[in-house]
Order: sequence, then structure tokens, then C-alpha cells
Amino acid sequence: MDPMQEILQMFFVECEEHLETLQEGLEVLKQRPDDIETVNTVFRAVHSIKGGSAAFGLGALVEFAHTFETTLDDVRSGRLSSSEDVVRTLLRSADVLNDLVTGARDGEEVDPERIAAQIASLVATSTGGAAAGKAEDAVAEAPAADVPQQRPAWATAAAEEPAAQRPAWATAPAEEAAGQRPAWATAETAEPEVVGYRIRFHPHASLFERCLEPARLLRELAEIGNLSIRCDISTVPSLDEIDPAEAYLSWEIEVTDAPSEAVLREVFDFVDGDCDLTIEMIGDDAEPEVDGVAEAAGPAVVVPVPAAAPVAAPEVVPVRKPVAKAAAPKPAEADAGGQQGGRGASATVRVDLDRVDRLINLVGELVINQAMLSQSVIESGLANSSAIAAGLDEFKHLTREVQESVLAIRAQPVKSLFQRMSRIVREAADATGKAVRFVTEGEMTEVDKTVIERLADPLTHMIRNAVDHGLERTEDREARGKSAEGTVRLTAEHRSGRVLIEITDDGAGINRERVQQIAVDKGLIPADAVLSNNEIDNLLFLPGFSTAKTVSDLSGRGVGMDVVKRSIASLGGRISISSQPGEGTCFSISLPLTLAILDGMIVTVASETVVVPLSAILEMLKPDPGQIHPLGGNETVVQVRGEFVPVIDVGHQLGFARARRDCREGVMLLIETSAGERRSLVVDAIQDQRQVVIKGLEGNYGEVSGIAAATILGDGRIALILDTDAIVADAARNSASRTTFALAG
Amino acid sequence: MTLTILAVDDSRTMRDLLRAALAPHGFDVQLANDGEHGLEVLETVDPDVIITDINMPKLDGFGFIKGVRERAELQRTPILVLTTESAPELKERARNAGATGWIVKPFDETKLVAAVRRVAG
Repeated sequence: MDPMQEILQMFFVECEEHLETLQEGLEVLKQRPDDIETVNTVFRAVHSIKGGSAAFGLGALVEFAHTFETTLDDVRSGRLSSSEDVVRTLLRSADVLNDLVTGARDGEEVDPERIAAQIASLVATSTGGAAAGKAEDAVAEAPAADVPQQRPAWATAAAEEPAAQRPAWATAPAEEAAGQRPAWATAETAEPEVVGYRIRFHPHASLFERCLEPARLLRELAEIGNLSIRCDISTVPSLDEIDPAEAYLSWEIEVTDAPSEAVLREVFDFVDGDCDLTIEMIGDDAEPEVDGVAEAAGPAVVVPVPAAAPVAAPEVVPVRKPVAKAAAPKPAEADAGGQQGGRGASATVRVDLDRVDRLINLVGELVINQAMLSQSVIESGLANSSAIAAGLDEFKHLTREVQESVLAIRAQPVKSLFQRMSRIVREAADATGKAVRFVTEGEMTEVDKTVIERLADPLTHMIRNAVDHGLERTEDREARGKSAEGTVRLTAEHRSGRVLIEITDDGAGINRERVQQIAVDKGLIPADAVLSNNEIDNLLFLPGFSTAKTVSDLSGRGVGMDVVKRSIASLGGRISISSQPGEGTCFSISLPLTLAILDGMIVTVASETVVVPLSAILEMLKPDPGQIHPLGGNETVVQVRGEFVPVIDVGHQLGFARARRDCREGVMLLIETSAGERRSLVVDAIQDQRQVVIKGLEGNYGEVSGIAAATILGDGRIALILDTDAIVADAARNSASRTTFALAG
Repeated sequence: MTLTILAVDDSRTMRDLLRAALAPHGFDVQLANDGEHGLEVLETVDPDVIITDINMPKLDGFGFIKGVRERAELQRTPILVLTTESAPELKERARNAGATGWIVKPFDETKLVAAVRRVAG
């Protein structure tokens, strides 16, 4: 990758971190408005984003960041107090900044009107303080439909503002380039013929104190044009009187072929206050040089540039420590590994995700190999030797540990995900006009990176639902004696080898009568069905259940809880609901720690060994023949505690066996699909329950319906891992007759 | 002889950009994350020029420059500050703190190199 591209990509990664810090800091400011440290941190975050954006010429982003930074500077310097309204404006600005960064990274434009409105809001905040905040609230409370018409007065001003808002540094270079004509230059004609320039330069002692040396300046001039230099040594005292720190020399330099006076002046940029400097043009009609200074005292010395160095400024030669290049591994940045020059709070290494996945794959092979080795040793009878047995055991432990450690590399705290949810809550609260408090716990709980990414959509949906439907309107809450502010809690923790994520609201709870009615209306359950509370709650997960409001513009895509459940299931997780009328609702998600290994049931199906994901299995059945009822058309159902569950002959369906088997022999596995449908899979026998390493097949075979992946067992056999959802779907498609009633929960 | 530059900036992007701009010109660029880290690095590295940002956590640019100037062996080391504006007050403050010159962000590679050469040849 082109190095600039690489740095740009890294910049966007850095921006993510800054945006996180910004978000965090603003949340802290909500509680502690006077925390100076936090104000500074927040300022620096925006400042850094601005700096980098400017370097890469990301115009819109720079402009917004600059205005944002200005307002933050006002807070930082005490000109603006971080009241609730101000912090709210800052939070919204952080959201816009976030979108601008994402837009810049993905090449998508952010609505310019929205940006302009937020800029205006920031400017108004800086200049108007509380007044602006109230104007904003007025906008927020207006019903969504009215916003386009009700653009507040100050928003229209934004269109005119941009010109004034151009950051100072944007115009500065232009001003500098113009250069300054010396006061005495007579502006006779537009373009006097410039032959060259005459520079008179007399450094003061203070120039040396600032670590500057005339020699270097002369050298720089020499690179710009042709020089003819006179050095005036008239004031140099005798050797015994010389004070090394004093400045005794001055120079007169004639420059020809210089591009412009401005370029010459630039050379003296840093020495402005520490010298006497004049630069004048030498025109065609050059007067004979009147060098009063040189003639007054001793002979003028014309010195060629390089030799000027030894004659020039007395230099205090510093005692230098040997440059310890080899001995500076700490500050040095390693190239490939991408090590940060960090002895900061956390020493981290940035690694390509590809490398991590390759490592995980290799470790997976290692685990399989270890299992096979163990098996072979046991079968060969060698395991009777205690030394070998102990060795095998140790090997197994180590392998597992390596596997866990490697999988943990992909683990990240859910913090960034939870922070995104914070914004969702804000937006949902604004849109519905409700007051919502968002509480998180367990932000540092670590979850596999892919899991975090795939949780974003389901979580967003559930959080929005919690605010939209879960929480009552403020008036209703108060009427019921509840706090006006509703609370949404998002928590994460590790529990028994899995990750538990919960979304809880203290709203009205599930309206079970309404839910049941909707399900009946949509034909999902029979009108006279008698369901337990839990079964009613789970109706929400049925496909086709979406209530009308779910397809609101808040949720946008009209996804239902069934899609959420399917997403969770695809991650190997499960989701359940519990609810208390009048008190609230809780969604509980249980996820595996990693996607690379799977808890599975090893079973035999038509002489083939197959793995059924444990998360799909509800229980094992060994029904009496009397509980098995064949229906017409090759359909069979089995009676399980009063329920009739369709039976699927997996072996036949997958094509392992041509003949259909007698379902009365063999074992059945009661499974549940992610949509909540129950089926009973007939298998020959159950072998074992084990953790297996998932190996994908797509690379070699493409998608095969019913098969999710494969694994290699300890004895070297290959076992296919079943995709239970697909198997159920295929069976339904193939069946001649459909079951006459759907099942709830 | 290769000149050594110590660049101090809390933004990784800025550090990368500085190095990318200076290294091709034959400079040996050492990096530090913030003022505190910079002072640490200076225990073992003796740069010919120091380039530093102003806004940094832990120890900002001004504090860093002050710390540098307190060390006898570093009093003659030129220091350039990175500023986002050419505002005179900032330059004045930097100058008073002991800085030698400044570079305006976003920096122009040519100007950056010229500034470095101007103070460290």
C-alpha cells in the first residue's frame, strides 16, 4: 500500500479512538461539568482529529472539527460553562463528527444541511450560551414531521456563515505570500525592474540563546539565490575581551536570482525579534553601495559563504552524549509489527486480523492433531505407561491453553459497542420526546471481535425498541408514580464459559393481551390457544409478528425480533425474554466466547458421523412407540409432553440413506430453530458430547444446504456439522402436506 | 553526518506523517507520544533538533520545552513547535518558553525540511 494511504488508514483508526475518548469524556462532563482534566481530554481529542484531517485535506471534516474545537476551547478557558444544555450540544456535535469521520473514510457525504445546522448550533452556543440550548430543545420537541418546516431562525444563518467560519490558518498562507513592501520603497511603477535584494542583518546575542545560528541562515539564503556577502567585523574586540555569548558581527548580503522578497524573509522567520533586519530591493538604477558601517571602521571583509561559518557567531559547543541509536529500542518504532512508540498506559501491538485468523486456524489444527495423537496412543495401548499418560494429559492442557489464549486475541471489550448504543438511546429519546437514562455495566467484558460486529444491529434494534415501546411516555410514568426518567440498562458479563448480555428497561412490560391478540390476528396461533406467560412473551420472536410501529423510521428497516433471534442464533447464541407488567422487560442474550469452536453432540446418522450444535438441542428423546404417530404422506409426529412435534429423518433428508427409516428405532433429538420451531431429529445413536474446531467448507465445496461446516474428530474421521435451521426449512419444503397448526414458542 | 530529530506528538498520524516527510531526506527520526515520554526518550537520545506539538496529555508542549531547557546539555538544541495557526500570541508564548521556531500544521514537507535545516543545518 502506498505509504500515505497506510498512514491515512491508520488515521481513521486513530479517529475511532479519539471519538471514543470524546464520547466518554462528554459523558463524564454530564456528571462532573467542572472536571478540568476531562475538558482538556475532550478538547485534545477533537484537536487531534482536526490536525490529522487538515493534513489529508478532508475539508468538511476539518471545518466542522475546527468549529467544534473552538467551542471546546471556550469551555476549556472558562468563557463558556459546561451546563447541561451545552454538554448536550457537544454530544450532538460529537455524533456529527463521528458521521463525518465515517463519511470521510467510506467516501460518503454527510448531509451538508445537518452539518451546517450543527455548526450554527455550536457558534450560537459559544456566543449565546443558554439561549442557544433552549432553541435547540424547541427543535427537538417538535414532532418529527414538522422539523423541515420549523427550521429555527439561527439555522438559516448557517448558509451565510461558512465564509466567516473559515479557520484562521486557511487564509493565513495567502496573506503571508503577499509579502511586505518596505515602507521606504517608492511605488513608482507597478513593476520596478528588480535586479536583486540587499539584506542587512545584525543578530543580537539573544539570537544565539534561541539556538539559532547566522551561518545556517546564510547557507539557506545561498540555496535561494546568488549571494555576495560582506561581513562587518568592526565591532569584534580583541581575543582577551571577547565574550563568546555576545554578537559582534553583522552582514550585508546582496542576493540576485531570488524568487521573491517573501521567500527571503521567510529565512528570517524565526529570528524576527532577535536581530536588526532590513531587506530592500536593488533596482536597475542601482546606487553605488553606500556601506556606511563597513567604511566607518576597519576593512570590510568579503567572505564566501562556507567560510563564514568559522568566523561567525561564537558557538558554545555543547557537551554531547554519544547518540545512543542502538540503545533506543523503547522510543523507536518497530516497522512490521507496528509497535506504538508507547510507554503509555497500555503497551499494545497492532496486528492484521488476517494474521490472527491464520494463527487461530493453525491452533485449531493443533488441537485436532492433539486429539488424534491421544486417540492413537490410547488405542495402541501405550497409554498404560503413566509417563506417557501424564505426558498426553499435559499436552492436552497446554493445547487448550494455547487455543484459549489465541482466541482471546480476537476478544475486545464491548465498550465501543455500548458507547454506540448510548448514541442510539439519545437519538431515540430525542425522537420520542422521552427522558431516558442509559446505564451500562461490564463494558470491559471481552467478546470476540466478529461477535461484537454482528451484535451491533440486533442490539440497536432492541435498544430502540426499549425506548420506543418499552418505556412509557413521561406523563404515563408520572401518573403511575414512576420517575419521569426511564432507565435502559445494558450489561455484559462472563458466566459459565459464555457471555451474557442483558437489555433491561423499567417500562410498562409486555402487554400480553395485546401480543396474544396480534398473534391470533396474524394467524400465528389459534384463537383459543392457552399459553403460559413465557410462551406469550416468546411470540415476539415469531417471524411475521412485527407490530406496525416496528416499521417506523426509527428502526428504518422494519426488522422484527425474529431477525434479531436469527442473528443471535447464527452466532451460536440464544435469546430469552422475561417481563413484569408495569415494571419492565429484560432481554437476555447468551453467546459463546468464540466462533471458532463449537459445543456439539456427536451422533451417528445412517452410518455417518455428524455433529449437531449443542445450542440447537433442547433434549434427547427415547419415545415409546406409542408416542410416535405417522400422519399421511410420509409425515410422522412424536408426542412430547402433550405437544406434537414433527419428526425429521435426517439421514434420508441429507441423502445418506435412500430408504426412509422406521422412526420407532433409534434416538431422537428435540431441537429448536432460531425461529422457535421445534422438530425432532432421528439419529441412529449418540456418541459423545464434545467441543470441536469448526472448519469451513465453503472454500472447497460452496454452500451445501443443511451442512454448516465440518470438523476432524480425534480418530481422524471427518464429521459434518449440521445447520439445523436449514434442515428444518428443507424438510418443510419437501413435505407433501404441511402441519395443520403452527406451534407457539 | 545524519541528523537526528526527535518528534513529539500525541497523534500517531502526526508522528507517522512527520517521519514520512523527514526520513527520505536522510534524517533519523525518533518519536515520542507526549511531553513526559519525550523527556524520557531524551535520557538516551541526543537529537540535533526537537519538533514538538503543543496540545498533548500528561505534559504539554510548553511544559516539555521547559523541561528540555532545564537540562544543561540540551540548552543549545533547537526546538520547533507544531502549531495549527500562525497566531502571533502562540509564537510569542512558544518563544518565551524557549522554542527556536515553529512549523504550521498542516505542514508542507518542503517548509518542514527547510525549517529543520535552518536550525540544525
